[in-house]
Amino acid sequence: MRAPTSDLPLVLKGVSLSSGETQILRDLSLAISPGAPTLIVGPNGSGKTSLLRLCMGLVSPSAGRISWGGRTDAMPMRCAIVFQRPVMLRRSAAANVAYALAQARVPDRARGERVAHLLDRVGLADLAERPARRLSGGEQQRLALARALARDPEILLLDEPTANLDPTATRAVEEIVLKAAESGVKIVMASHDLGQVRRLAGDVIFLVRGALRERKLVIDFLDNPSTPEASAFLRGDLVI
Amino acid sequence: MSLRLWSLIVVVTLGIAAPRAVAEERSIVVASTTSTQDSGLFGYLLPIFKAKTGIDVKVVAQGTGQALDTARRGDADVVFVHAKAQEEKFVAEGYGVKRFDVMYNDFVLVGPKSDPAGVKGKDIEAALKAISEKAAPFVSRGDRSGTHTAELALWKQAGIDIAAAKGPWYREIGQGMGAALNTANALNAYVLSDRGTWISFENRGDLDILVQGDKRLFNQYGVMLVNPEKYPSVKKQLGQAFIDWLTSPEGQAAIAGYKIGGQQLFFPDAEKGS
Amino acid sequence: MSDQSSAWQLILNGDAVLFAIVRLSLVVSLSAVAFAALIGMPLGALLAFSRFRGRSFLVVLFNALMGLPPVVAGLAVYLLLSRSGPLGPWGLLFTPSAMVIAQTILITPIIAALTRQTIEDLWAEYRDELSAMGVGPVARMMTLLWEARYSLLTALLAGFGRAAAEVGAVMIVGGNIDGFTRTMTTTIALETSKGNLPLAMGLGLVLVTIVLAVNAAAWGTRVWAERQAA
Repeated sequence: MRAPTSDLPLVLKGVSLSSGETQILRDLSLAISPGAPTLIVGPNGSGKTSLLRLCMGLVSPSAGRISWGGRTDAMPMRCAIVFQRPVMLRRSAAANVAYALAQARVPDRARGERVAHLLDRVGLADLAERPARRLSGGEQQRLALARALARDPEILLLDEPTANLDPTATRAVEEIVLKAAESGVKIVMASHDLGQVRRLAGDVIFLVRGALRERKLVIDFLDNPSTPEASAFLRGDLVI
Repeated sequence: MSLRLWSLIVVVTLGIAAPRAVAEERSIVVASTTSTQDSGLFGYLLPIFKAKTGIDVKVVAQGTGQALDTARRGDADVVFVHAKAQEEKFVAEGYGVKRFDVMYNDFVLVGPKSDPAGVKGKDIEAALKAISEKAAPFVSRGDRSGTHTAELALWKQAGIDIAAAKGPWYREIGQGMGAALNTANALNAYVLSDRGTWISFENRGDLDILVQGDKRLFNQYGVMLVNPEKYPSVKKQLGQAFIDWLTSPEGQAAIAGYKIGGQQLFFPDAEKGS
Repeated sequence: MSDQSSAWQLILNGDAVLFAIVRLSLVVSLSAVAFAALIGMPLGALLAFSRFRGRSFLVVLFNALMGLPPVVAGLAVYLLLSRSGPLGPWGLLFTPSAMVIAQTILITPIIAALTRQTIEDLWAEYRDELSAMGVGPVARMMTLLWEARYSLLTALLAGFGRAAAEVGAVMIVGGNIDGFTRTMTTTIALETSKGNLPLAMGLGLVLVTIVLAVNAAAWGTRVWAERQAA
């Protein structure tokens, strides 16, 4: 189901985002290209969630331009997003995935097979008929992943998906994300966990108070931060 | 889910529509008064009529004034009320074809047994004068019904301008006969009622008939076909069949046959040969 | 229906007239709820997540119309359906259909307003996910209505309660015709005006019991459904 259009490279030029009096993102310019996962890190309130929502097209910039695959003033076509606290529809796990497939215009006949495949991919095959709201936190997060992957995305955006999960569940989610990356999906993920950054990242976007502070390959960022904020952050200090 | 929901809707819609389609054929709408309904007369007469002709008579019971209005709007086929002057006006205006006498009964003045105005044994004019002078509580229909029309006429005959004379003692409720009797019971008040409704009324409390038999209390019922020239939708054959039956010897006998506790409520008086 | 029997005696004897009256009450009110839901729920849902000029006015209007006096609704429908009125040729006056129409008009605002409130609250929760999945306005409406189905059931019961309880509208447009348009409420009004107060009260208790039964059935359905799936 490959559409001819591509959302990559995802380019921001001078993008700012404000809400009323508050400035959430300041003058961001960056590009996201195909390849290894890009992790977005920064203290709480640095604008990670807002950046992801911008990339998904859920919100428009107050200033500047954002383009997907060279297209501006349009919506992304091949993006999917997993929120930190996903909302489950009041139906079974399988029905949730089927719903996502239906919204992605997958024809009725093909859905059954794809649902099974996706649930298998995220390790929820046995829980297919369980009401989604009765799944555990980790299971719900994996179901949200299945819903996102149902859209056969080119870019998969994730907002701190393991922030509320225990290590076992975290590992399960990370495995799914890595496998998706291996199969060619561009991962853009906000994370609070430096260990996770080390495990998953190709490159890192470091934000502080809505501004881009560093953009480097992961090793360079972790071992040789250029800015004082990054150093403080990596030391575990509060970055005011 | 949506398929089942749609099926339910279709079934429900048909369920409402279907009975109407069947009953439409041999039925008429008769606008009548609360006294004919509340006394149980129609409950007795209509099954007899239906058994004979197969026609369903649907009675909408309102006060005489409202019944005539309903007919003026073309919402009834036949009118059966008891205010001769209003009925004749109705025909004169061209809404009714012709007026026929059907039956009569009488009005009675009902009031508390303690009789604070001392009306017992008097004639109706003297009684009303006494009530007005003593400002004893009195309940009026107040709804342009046959009974209300008769009541207003009686005040006038007694020489009382009720519009000017009425005070807090005169309670106009704007409702039917049964409601008026309920109110009179609750207020321990006087009220003018037709005998038929009174006989079949259960909630009498402390009330009883205090004045009766005065020939000014005569109450005549008439029936009319709504003019099909004004409203082509009027079912003139079926409506006329009802009128013919009511005024026929058979119908008249049926009316006389309606009794409660051995008492006859309505007295047939259709003109012979009409 | 014999004046002398109490309401419970009539039930025990399976009085045909009483059952016909109960049946008509349920058919009219339940039909009105069905039609009001068909109109009011999509309307309420659309109002919940749409933004357009005059939206606030419509929200206030629907909330206000929840208090529409039944007798006013009845009068309006009467004038509409009368032979001298615009829809006279349809011949609907003094039929159960007219009663359904009047009650539908009466309870659609209730269902629309309660749906709007429920969906508005839900939209805040679902907005991001549904936008991310690219759900268009119609699919959005259907999805949210289904997600909110238990709360919406309460809205439907509110509508049913209002319809089953009212007498003003059905009396005017139905005419309280014996054996044809007589419902529980109009019968209670009639028996009261005939002075048969014990019978009227008994019928009132029967009506309350029936409404209770409908609510209990709805509750039971919800519990059963929750056990089956989400």
